[in-house]
This record gives sequence, C-alpha cells and structure tokens, in this order.
Amino acid sequence: MALLEVRDLRTYFATREGDVKAVDGVSFDVESGKTLSIVGESGCGKSVTALSIMGLIPKPPARIVSGSISFEGKDLTELKESELENLRGNEIAMIFQDPMTSLNPTLTIGTQITESLRRHLGLSSEEAKKRAVELLEEVRIPRAQNRLNDYPHRYSGGMRQRVMIAIALSCNPKLLIADEPTTALDVTVQAGVLDLLEELREEHQMAIILITHDMGVVAEAADDVVVMYAGQVVEQASALELFDNPEHPYTEALLGALPSLEGESGRQARLISIPGRPPDLLDPPSACRFAPRCPYANLEDYCTVEQPELRELRPGHWVRSAHPAGERAAVTV
Amino acid sequence: MSAKESKEPLLVVEGLEKYFPVRSGFLVERTVDYVRAVDGVDFSIAEGTTLGLVGESGSGKSTTGYSVLQLMRPTGGSVRFEGQELTEMKGEDLRKMRRQMQIVFQDPYSSLNPRMTVGDIVSEPLEVHGIGSRKSRRESVRQLLDVVGFDPTFTNRYPHEFSGGQRQRIGIARALALNPKLIVCDEPVSALDVSIQAQILNLLRDLQRDFGLTYLFIAHDLAVVRAMSDTIAVMNQGKIVEAGPAEQIYESPQNEYTKALLTAVPVADPRRQRERKAERRRLKHTLAEGF
Repeated sequence: MALLEVRDLRTYFATREGDVKAVDGVSFDVESGKTLSIVGESGCGKSVTALSIMGLIPKPPARIVSGSISFEGKDLTELKESELENLRGNEIAMIFQDPMTSLNPTLTIGTQITESLRRHLGLSSEEAKKRAVELLEEVRIPRAQNRLNDYPHRYSGGMRQRVMIAIALSCNPKLLIADEPTTALDVTVQAGVLDLLEELREEHQMAIILITHDMGVVAEAADDVVVMYAGQVVEQASALELFDNPEHPYTEALLGALPSLEGESGRQARLISIPGRPPDLLDPPSACRFAPRCPYANLEDYCTVEQPELRELRPGHWVRSAHPAGERAAVTV
Repeated sequence: MSAKESKEPLLVVEGLEKYFPVRSGFLVERTVDYVRAVDGVDFSIAEGTTLGLVGESGSGKSTTGYSVLQLMRPTGGSVRFEGQELTEMKGEDLRKMRRQMQIVFQDPYSSLNPRMTVGDIVSEPLEVHGIGSRKSRRESVRQLLDVVGFDPTFTNRYPHEFSGGQRQRIGIARALALNPKLIVCDEPVSALDVSIQAQILNLLRDLQRDFGLTYLFIAHDLAVVRAMSDTIAVMNQGKIVEAGPAEQIYESPQNEYTKALLTAVPVADPRRQRERKAERRRLKHTLAEGF
C-alpha cells in the first residue's frame, strides 16, 4: 500500500452557470520517500488536487463529488474537520507558491514556527522556541537564534520560503505538498530551495508532491510524474521514462515549446507552440479534451467523439490519448 | 569611438547610471546614500537585432530599460538613439522620439486599462500623437490586431475577457501602433504558460523579421533569452558582468557569476540535469549567500 492513494478524485466548483469540473477523475499513488511531480499549465487542476488532499478547498463553492483520498489507509474525504486538523500540519504539510503572502506580516517568525509545535506536539513555550531555532538552522537560516524575533519583512524571498519549509517540517510530516514552491524565486535561489527539499526528504524519509509548471524542475527533482490537462491525468510515468519517451501529444508539445538552454537550436529553431487554449471546464467536451489542439486527431477518429481512457502503454507508463507517440510510429511504418 | 564614421548602431548606451537616493532623518530629511540600481552600463544594439539583457530580480535590468526610454531619467551617462542624445532631450523633441521607441510590459493583467476597450487601447498611441483620422485609426487598429494574431472582430471588448496570451498580443499591437524602430520587451512572457509563451516568442520573432524591429529583450529566464537574442548582456548588482554573442555566452561563459547563473537553471532532461546539479553545487560559493 502506498502512503497516499488518490482514486478517481472529482472536485467541482459550483457557479451560477453550473459546475466547473476543476478536477475530474484523477488517480495516483505517492510512495514514502519519493517525489511525485504534478505538472501542467494554469487551470489544469493541479493546485485544486493538492488542496483537496489537504481538505483546504473552500466549501462552498467547491465540493468533492466523488473519489477517495487514502492516507495510510484512512480516507481523508470521510474525516471530520477536527480529525483533519490533527492531521494537517502534523502528518501532511503544505508549502505554497508565494512566500511573500503566506506568512503573517504581523507575527514574528518565531511565533509562526512555534504555533504548530505547540498545537500538534504540545511543547511548552520554551521547548517550542528551542525547537524553532533548530528548525531554522536545519533550513540554513544563518544566526537563527537572533532572527527568531524578526518579522517576515526582514527576510528575503528565498529565506521566507525556507521559513515556510521549516514550519511545514516542524512536526516531521510523512507527506509534504509543495505547490510551485520556487516559482516566485530567482533561479539561483530556486536551486538552493530544491537542494534543501532533496536533503530533507532523504533525512526524514518524507514523501513529496511537487506541483510545478516547469519541466526543468520536474527533471531535477521528480521520481515520478503526473501530467495534468483540463482537470485530468493525461500521462503518468517515472521521470526518466517520461522524458525519454513522452507519449501524449500534449506532453510532447510542452517539451517542444520550451526554449533550450543547451545544444544547438538557439535563435534559429522555431518553438513549437500549441494553438488555441484549454477547454472551458464548465462544460468540457465529451471527446478527448486535448483533441481541438491535437495535431494528430482528425475528424474520423473516435477521440473526437468520446474520451480515450487512461491506459497502460508500457509497465508503469499510462497515457490518455488515441495517438500516443509509440503507436503513431507503428502506423506510419 | 570610431563607430560614427561607419554606421553607428541604432542604440548606443554609455556609462548609464541610475541612482536612487536613500533619504533618512526626522522632520529634516537628508540623502544619506544612494542605491546604485544601474551603475555604469555600456552596450549598443545594431538595427534589426536583439540584445538580451538577463539578470536576477534586483539586478537593475528593468531600470536599465526604463532609463534607455527616458521613462526614468538616468542620473548619469549617455543614451544615443540614431545618433541623437536622449538624456538631454525634453518636451516636444522627446515626445517625437518616443514614437520610435516603445515598450511591452511584463504583466498583461495590469498593463492594460480595464476600462478601455481593446480598440481604444491600441489606437490610443495614434490619438496621442495625432496620427490619422478617427476612421483611418479604426482601420489601423484592425490591421495591427491582425498582425499580432488577435481577432479584430473583438475590438469592442474589454481586456478582462481575454486570456494572458491574448492580452499580451494586445500590448504588442499597442507597441507597434506608431511603427517604432526599437521595442523594449520587459519580461514579456514571464507571466504566461509555456505553450502560450512559445506563441508570443514566435510572434515577436516574426515581427522582427517582417518589420526590421530592434529589441532590447529583458528577461530572467536564460533559455527564453537565448531563443530571442543575437547578443547577450548579463547584469548583476547594477553592472554588466559579461557581454558578447549569444553562442559565446551560453557555450563558454567566462565570468563566474554567468557560470553560476547558467548552471542554476534546471534543464528538461533528468540525466543531464543530474550532471548539472553536481556542477551547480561546485559553483555555489560564487553566489552571494545562495539566497
């Protein structure tokens, strides 16, 4: 049994016009000590998936329509709010994209770290303070003892994200959900934060769900990858397999759209752009959701009428497409 | 400099400085120090080419862009556009020069006036400079929108009705309206998704080819800059630390900061990235504090 098993998760948002199907049948496993990356563009449902796991989706308008989220065998969707509170920040922790707004500007860094230590571990004020210093040292904040009484504005962006990580780690969670943790940071700072996450994961044997839009970050940090598009998983594989043999036309296009840093193809190479934009999730087509932008789908195909199922093309490599790269080659031969 | 004898590049920047005063004191404020945002920057851009200006946040790259356009007045140095000194120009002369130099901003969500229709936004530069009649301007707007791949039938809609990529197209159409020679692109794609980013980068390259545009392309993403630029200048703490042809900077960077910056960018290839990670950790010491 994996640490976290998400099965057929559907999270919808009620609007005046009807339900927006932000997450529409998502399944994946996260193993202890591994990093799973969820990658996709804005609006694909990756953050809503994370918030659904944390039980942090705003209800209403959002609700989990169906599916299960099993963490160490407990279905999180069935837990009471008070039970979730004991789990959140304790067994499952989360860090967010924007370190500038996720810390409370009116409380000292020390207060914000000790808060969860006292709530979940029942430490005394003195013990909590001592532990807070250790945590800040662990995330490489220099002169941690002196910086405990500082307010967040005295910290740089990278340091704030380190504080967020320290808070997230304070109760030794088994699962850390990091939602675009480095997007707001400079590349050199990003490198430091990614290094830190990797070290801490190894030390604590923690599982990480790393949500990102950056294929470079995925290549650097992920063991396994889930590619999402329009609320669904369109491809899933180990990181090496996904980058070696991307199967879904969307994954291929995402990789092709990236300007490269190395090799030839500098200024001359034209970037592959994906025409159009993702479908409206208020009323998603019954066909393949990528079909209108897919270079391989033509009108006679079944995929322009009904939705392809997620199928296992090779062991561990799942694709939701009628035209995966592997099968296209077979047709032209 | 002997550049004048042959043909001087379209834009020549020498010793550019922008210092912001730091003021302190109760009741009576005094300038106690300066933030040297741009501290002696030299570069030139030949007509029809792109200079990529890269650096991290706070390196002074956007301030450089604004100072070139005189949107912020530099505190020192010289900016020559077609041989004319801009730093001493004011009033009507400067206004006329501005037709030749436009800017595309980073955030397509905040750089378009939400109360103006798409048509009004694109025709505003024409109105401000008193070009054409109402009718001919309407026609120009249609053409401009067509050129940037924005459906001209939507001219009466408002910006909020469009996605980020579409809004950036509106911003580009506005920049093109006066038929400028130089466009400063300040992080034009950093707010966009990857697939949309590629559309906009391809569009900017097509426009350069079709209209002979010259770009000062400012961005923090080194891969994006590489895809756009003929020459590169790397900025750090208000100074250019390394400059040269794009291939040279990317393939054999000389400066330690450039090397550290390049290796910090993760590439979309797990095997290669493993090697780069090792290299990055070796170079870590060259970066101030690492955060």
